[in-house]
Amino acid sequence: MKHLDEYRDPALILRQVEAIRGACTRRWTLMEVCGGQTHAILRHGLDELLSDSVELLHGPGCPVCVTPAETLDQAVLLTRRPEVMLCTFGDMLRVPGALGDLNAARAAGGDVRVIYSPLDAVALAREHPKREVVLLAVGFETTAPAAAIAVLQAEALGLTNLSLLVSHSLVPPAMEALLTDPDSRIQGFLAAGHVCTVEGAAAYQAIAERFHVPIVVTGFEPVDLLAGIHACVEQLDRGEARVENRYGRVARDDGNAAAQDAVWRVFQPVEREWRGMGRLPASGLGLRPEYAHFDALKRFDLSGTASEGDSPCIAGKVLRGLSRPTDCPAFGRECTPDTPLGAPMVSSEGACAAYLHYRGET
Amino acid sequence: MTTEVVRLAHGGGGRLQAKLLDEVILPALGARALGAPDAAVLDTPGGRLAMTTDSFVVRPLFFPGGDIGRLAVHGTVNDLAMAGAHPLWLTLGLILEEGLPLDDLRRVLASVRAAADECGVRVVAGDTKVVEAGHGDEVYINTSGVGVVPDGICIDPAAVRPGDVLLASGDLGRHGVAILAAREHLGLEPAIPSDSASVAAAVAALLEAGVPVHALRDPTRGGAVAALQELADASGCRLVLDDAAIPVRDDVRGACEILGLDPLHSACEGRFLAAVPAGDGDRALAVLRSVPVATGAVAIGRAEPGEPAVIRRLATGVERRVILPAGEQLPRIC
Repeated sequence: MKHLDEYRDPALILRQVEAIRGACTRRWTLMEVCGGQTHAILRHGLDELLSDSVELLHGPGCPVCVTPAETLDQAVLLTRRPEVMLCTFGDMLRVPGALGDLNAARAAGGDVRVIYSPLDAVALAREHPKREVVLLAVGFETTAPAAAIAVLQAEALGLTNLSLLVSHSLVPPAMEALLTDPDSRIQGFLAAGHVCTVEGAAAYQAIAERFHVPIVVTGFEPVDLLAGIHACVEQLDRGEARVENRYGRVARDDGNAAAQDAVWRVFQPVEREWRGMGRLPASGLGLRPEYAHFDALKRFDLSGTASEGDSPCIAGKVLRGLSRPTDCPAFGRECTPDTPLGAPMVSSEGACAAYLHYRGET
Repeated sequence: MTTEVVRLAHGGGGRLQAKLLDEVILPALGARALGAPDAAVLDTPGGRLAMTTDSFVVRPLFFPGGDIGRLAVHGTVNDLAMAGAHPLWLTLGLILEEGLPLDDLRRVLASVRAAADECGVRVVAGDTKVVEAGHGDEVYINTSGVGVVPDGICIDPAAVRPGDVLLASGDLGRHGVAILAAREHLGLEPAIPSDSASVAAAVAALLEAGVPVHALRDPTRGGAVAALQELADASGCRLVLDDAAIPVRDDVRGACEILGLDPLHSACEGRFLAAVPAGDGDRALAVLRSVPVATGAVAIGRAEPGEPAVIRRLATGVERRVILPAGEQLPRIC
């Protein structure tokens, strides 16, 4: 299939692996930030092919995984209101909060709709003027523009029955938090190419300089990933720490101005809780004051959410790259995709799900 | 003119029910009211009988490449074929929702008839119930099937042996993606047609040619992975798939890439997997390719000794385990 097979060509992959081996004077430790990259690495076995030359740590770039339990509980509380139709992405339905997951809320009679785009929520609000449609808006820089456009459309249509429970997060502040951690072993980053298609590569410049780490903007197919890894280890061997774009066929250095414009018209940076990482300053998006009437937290009283209880789950350490999924005592035992204790076992981008799915390790 | 629709009284056992049966259902099936009202009495051809039942609740009722009527025949006929049976008879249980347009019912029944005729099976008994509007989803169908197993045939998932070659009768994963695309209005052009079809003729050809088939499975819900995992668990074999050889149509692959799905987790409704001794693999493929429903048959892997598991061997030499999906397939979000 065109635009796919050439980036999965086995012969080319094996040549790239050899080139990376040849370029490594020692074994380097890199982190791929995005959960989509984690899955591609495991699906195509790049971790195994590179095991003697590069250690790949899996980062917190799965938006489902870092959505705080409090937000999930707020969503569950919303589903208990008969007027509310809660819309979100399919992956969110099985993530456990203190009040259970949204699948259970749906089984208990809540109206939970799986959508493919935030604009579906606008359409549902128009179709059901007597219902309160709430969009549980999660995701990184890549998803935020669509949520912003949903708000702008709803405003233009004069819709008063749509609101957002916003849990959008921004990747660069999380990368800074990871590097500030004294236990960090990260020597170089593969930055998520799709984030850069929106925000551009320049957003990473300050991090590369401040922490002296190479940051290589990388794609999601095996050939793209290996090109990113190769560039990263070459920088490390030369003692460089630059932002380098190896996903130029998709990501531009200055990003997508129209998408950025929509995001910053509707949202502003706010402090955000990251599941497993704590509260990080300016790491999330919140509605700007002029769009505060779309804020579900202001429209509904959602107090009474509980905090997380005790659990053997080490999702926090996995999300920070400090532990591997297989280090967790619950991995593959109490915690499976059917009975997830933590979000990384649920999401199609979670590291624990990737290990179980592709390596079948328990 | 108002559209004729199914009413509750159509299931009430009175005059309207008799009218529905005599004027809609029986003519559509090409059947006359059977002599015995409560049970069909049938002459058996001798030998062992295979029997199965399956219920069909697909939504939408009509989809590219098929509809619930064809599916209800093919699904049950294929289950019989997987036991090595020659399918003979079907029952047809209809649960109709009040308000269903009679034209839709006629369309479904015409499909049942056409599919049954193609498969050479007879609908010998049936039942119709009507539920209130909002308490069903247009049409649910149950079909039970009976077939006869030729002497000397013993097909069993536990009979897979190390060294066996694994065959797929055609491209995999198509039905699930076709339904998903139709249901979610993904707007793929041209639409992906379901592979809904009877595989009984292909199985019969294999058996008539004397291929010593060890095991057969039709990869329906859960896709090829679920079927292979069952074979692995039953036989204790490690099943290793050659990733490059797995037949998936480009449009199905593309849709799966977009949706974040694995084609091996997606259902087929006109395909089967077979385990045959290594020395019989080429002959089995030649036989299969001579039957219209299996012209795309290929070898996809091999059974090996070891822990029971399904393994995908990538072209780079890396082996990745393939596991069952947790439940409903989840689309990716970023």
